[in-house]
Amino acid sequence: MFGAGGGTNSYREVEETNVILLWGSNARETHPIFFHHLLRGINHGARLFTVDPRQTSSARWADVWLSLDVGTDIMLANAVGREILAAGLENREFIGHATTGIEAYKAAVEPYTLERAEQVTGVPRQAIREMAHAYAQAERAMICWTLGITEHHNGVDNVLALINLALLTGHVGRYGSGLNPLRGQNNVQGGGDMGALPDRLPGFQHVEVEEFRAKFDQRWGVKVPPKRGWNLTQMFEAMEHGELKALYVLGENPLQSEADQALARRRLENLDFMIVQDMFLTATGQMANVVLPAGAGWCESDGTVTNSERRVQRVRKAVNPPPGARDDVAILFDLAKRLGHDWGQPNSEQIWDELRALSPPHTGMSYARLEASHGLQWPCYDENDPGELFLHSRLWEQPLNGPQVAFQPVQDDPPVERLTPEFPLRLTTGRRLDDYNTGVQTSGFSSPLRRGETIDISPDDATRLGVCSGEMVRVSSRRGHVEVPVWIDERLRPGLAFMTPHFQDEVATNILTIDATDPKAGTAEFKAAAIRVDRIGAN
Amino acid sequence: MSDDSLWFRPPPRPSHPPIAPTPVETPRVEISIDGQAVAVPDTATILDACRSIGIDTPTLCYLETLTPVNVCRVCVVEVKGSRTLVPACSRRVEPGMEIQTNSPRVQLSRKMVLEFLGSSVDLSTAPTALEYSSRYGANAGRYGPAKEAALAGERDAREPGHHHPPGSLHAETVAQPVKIDNNLYVRDYSKCILCYKCVEACGTDAQNTFAIAVAGRGFDARISTEDNIPLPDSACVYCGNCIGVCPTGALMFKSEYDLRQRGEWDEARQTKTDTICPYCGVGCTLSLHVQDNQIVKVTSPLDVEVTHGNLCIKGRFGYGFVQGGDPDKE
Repeated sequence: MFGAGGGTNSYREVEETNVILLWGSNARETHPIFFHHLLRGINHGARLFTVDPRQTSSARWADVWLSLDVGTDIMLANAVGREILAAGLENREFIGHATTGIEAYKAAVEPYTLERAEQVTGVPRQAIREMAHAYAQAERAMICWTLGITEHHNGVDNVLALINLALLTGHVGRYGSGLNPLRGQNNVQGGGDMGALPDRLPGFQHVEVEEFRAKFDQRWGVKVPPKRGWNLTQMFEAMEHGELKALYVLGENPLQSEADQALARRRLENLDFMIVQDMFLTATGQMANVVLPAGAGWCESDGTVTNSERRVQRVRKAVNPPPGARDDVAILFDLAKRLGHDWGQPNSEQIWDELRALSPPHTGMSYARLEASHGLQWPCYDENDPGELFLHSRLWEQPLNGPQVAFQPVQDDPPVERLTPEFPLRLTTGRRLDDYNTGVQTSGFSSPLRRGETIDISPDDATRLGVCSGEMVRVSSRRGHVEVPVWIDERLRPGLAFMTPHFQDEVATNILTIDATDPKAGTAEFKAAAIRVDRIGAN
Repeated sequence: MSDDSLWFRPPPRPSHPPIAPTPVETPRVEISIDGQAVAVPDTATILDACRSIGIDTPTLCYLETLTPVNVCRVCVVEVKGSRTLVPACSRRVEPGMEIQTNSPRVQLSRKMVLEFLGSSVDLSTAPTALEYSSRYGANAGRYGPAKEAALAGERDAREPGHHHPPGSLHAETVAQPVKIDNNLYVRDYSKCILCYKCVEACGTDAQNTFAIAVAGRGFDARISTEDNIPLPDSACVYCGNCIGVCPTGALMFKSEYDLRQRGEWDEARQTKTDTICPYCGVGCTLSLHVQDNQIVKVTSPLDVEVTHGNLCIKGRFGYGFVQGGDPDKE
C-alpha cells in the first residue's frame, strides 16, 4: 500500500497497541504464532474486534464479534467511516497533512448509514458504532486481515476500504498503528518482493519504468520486456483462448487450488506443453508433459524467505533431498545452460548479493547481518540501516516527506453469486489449524485433531434439511457437486456453510467454488459460493 | 496514472528510521552480591542481578519467556535480614540488599531440594538437574531404595489428603507408566518435577489453551488434563509448546521416545539447523534436529522475537512430508 506491498507493523507492536480490528482472519488457527503476539496485546489491555461471518476460535477472544454477512465488508467499512465522520472523530490534522481526496471519500460514504449497514450486513448498529468509536479514539490501533478480505471478486476494493479507515484516523505510520495483511503462505511476501508479480521487478520496481528496467538490462545483459505480464487469472483465461500454450509450474498445485476445478482442468488440458517442478507428483504434475523433481526449499536448500512483518530470514539446508530430487535453483541454472546462458555454479549468497545490488530496499541485508540478527526487515537501504520497524513514518514528518496519499473511495458490491431458492446456502471456505491448503504437505503427519473434510452447517439448517452429524450429503453449486459428511457447528449462523480445501483428493471443494475474480488482483471469490445440500437418496 | 505516482515509484525513505517509543528509564538500585557491589534497574530480579555479574545460579522452574512461579526452590539465596531463603528468580532487588549466593545454608538447601527430586523423580533425561545434583553433592540414595511404581492411573485417582505417611525404608516416588495416547508426544510423569513450565506455556504465557493444570495436593500433585481425560479428548491443540519448555524429558516427542525405546536415539550423531517454517507467512524459526538424514524433532530458539520459542502443530510436527510420509501409516 502507498507504494510498497507489505504489512506496515511488526508483530511486537500488536502487543502494545490499544485496539485491534481482526477482519476476515481466523489467525488463532491460520497464523497461530502471530496470535500469540495478539494475545499478549489482549493481556496488556487491548480491545479486540473480530469481523467474520463465523464465530471462529479467534472471535472467541474478541470483546466484540461482528458477524457480518459474507461479502458485505465494504458496506461495514464505509459505515464505520461514515460514523467516524458523523461523530467528528476523524484525525483532521493527519488528513490535512498527509492525504488527499477526503471530500470525495465523505461523499462516497454518506449513504452508508448505520441503519442501512445493519440491514445489509446483519451486524447490530450499536456494534458498528462501538467499533468505529473505539478505533477512531484509540491512541494506537491496528487493522489485520487475511483472505476473508481478499478472496472476493472485489478483494482489492475491500482492502482499499480498510486503508481508507486508517487514513481517516491517522492509524498508520506510527508505532502500534497500521495495516497488516497476514500472509497465508511461507514466503508469499518474499515472492512478491523478489518480483514474482506480473508488473514488478525485485524491490517493487515497476517494470514499465524505464529507469528501473535499465539497471536490470545492464546487470543481466539482456533487455527486460517493457510491459507487465499476466497475473494467474489472466494466464488461465489466456489458456482458454489458446494465447498461452506452455506453462512452467514451480511449487504450485493449481489444478486443485484454483476455484472452479472443472474449468481449471479444461484450461490446463488446452496447453500444448506443461512442466511441473515440485517435491510431489501433485494432481497438476500428473497432467504435465515433463516433471522435474525438486527438493524441499525450506530444509533441503539454502536461501531466504520473507515473512508478514517484512523480515528477511535465512533458510538453511538440514537434510539431503531424496535421490533424483534437486534444489530448485540448480534446476533453473541447468535449464538456463540448455538455453544458452551459463550462470556458473548456483550459490545462494551470490544470488542474494545480486538481488541486493539491484533492489534498494534489500541492499543493506548482507548474509552476515541476516545471520547475526535472526533476520532484518525491509526496507534496509545500507549496511548501517537497522531496517524499518513500521512503514510510512514519513507521513508524520513535518514538513511532509514525499507525496500525499489519496483516499480511494469504494462502493459496496455483494458476492457475484446470489442466493436463490435453488441454491439457498452461502458456502465460505477457509483453513483449519492442523491442515494446510490442498493438504499436500499436512497429509504427511497424523494429527489427532484431524477429522477429514466435512460440510459444516448450523443446527437450524441441519434440522431443516433433516440431516445429522456424520451423514453423507450431496453438496451442489452451479458448477458441480461433491459428496461429503455433515458436521453440525453450533457457532455457524443459519444459511452459512463452511468447507476447507484440505482434502482435495477425497472431497474436491473447489469443484463448488466460483471463478469470479477480482479485476485488479485476479483473486477468486473462494469465500462466497451459492450451494444446496441434499440428502443422498432423497431425490 | 502518471509514472511518478506511488503505484510506480516507491515512497521516499523516512528522514529517521522508525523506532519504538523509548521506555521510561527505570532507576538503578545498588545491592551487594557475595560482597560485590552491583547496580541494576529496580525492575530486575536477584537472578537478573546474579546473571549480570556472571554468577551461575541454578534454576529448574525458571525460563526467560515464562512468568516465574518460584516452585522448584533450587535458585534460593540468602538475603541479609530475611528469616527464610528467598527465590532469586522472582524476588525483585531492593536498595541496599546484601545477598549471599553460595553460603553453606544456600548450598545445603539446594542440595536437599535436588536430593528430594532425585529420590522421587526419574532424572535420567534431565541433564541440567543431574549437573546441579553433582555440583551440590546431592545423594538421593540416602532416602532408601525407591518404592515400587504406581499402577497406571493410580496416582491420577488420588484424593487430596488421602495419602499415607511414608515409611522409613523406601523413598516415595512419582514412578508410573508412561502415558501414550496420541502419535505426536508422550507424557512420562515419572520424570515430572512439577516445575509448572508446561502449565505456564499452555496458559497465559504463550498458548492460552489451558489444556493442563496441576491437580491434587502435596506429594500427590500432578499435571493433568481436566478430569484426567486422554489428550485427544482434551483442549490440547498439539502445539508442543509444553514439550519445548519441559526441563526433564517428561514431555517428549513421540519420535524421540520411539528412537530411545529402540536404543537408536544418539545425540552425538545429530545436527541442529535453524530454518524457517514452510507453512503460513508468520515466519517461525524451526530448529531441525536431524539424525541419519531424518528430522527427529523440531524446536524453536527462545531468543527469536517472532516465536519466543513457540510453534504450532504444523511447524512442530508437520515435517513428515519431506521424509516420505508418516511412518505410522506405512
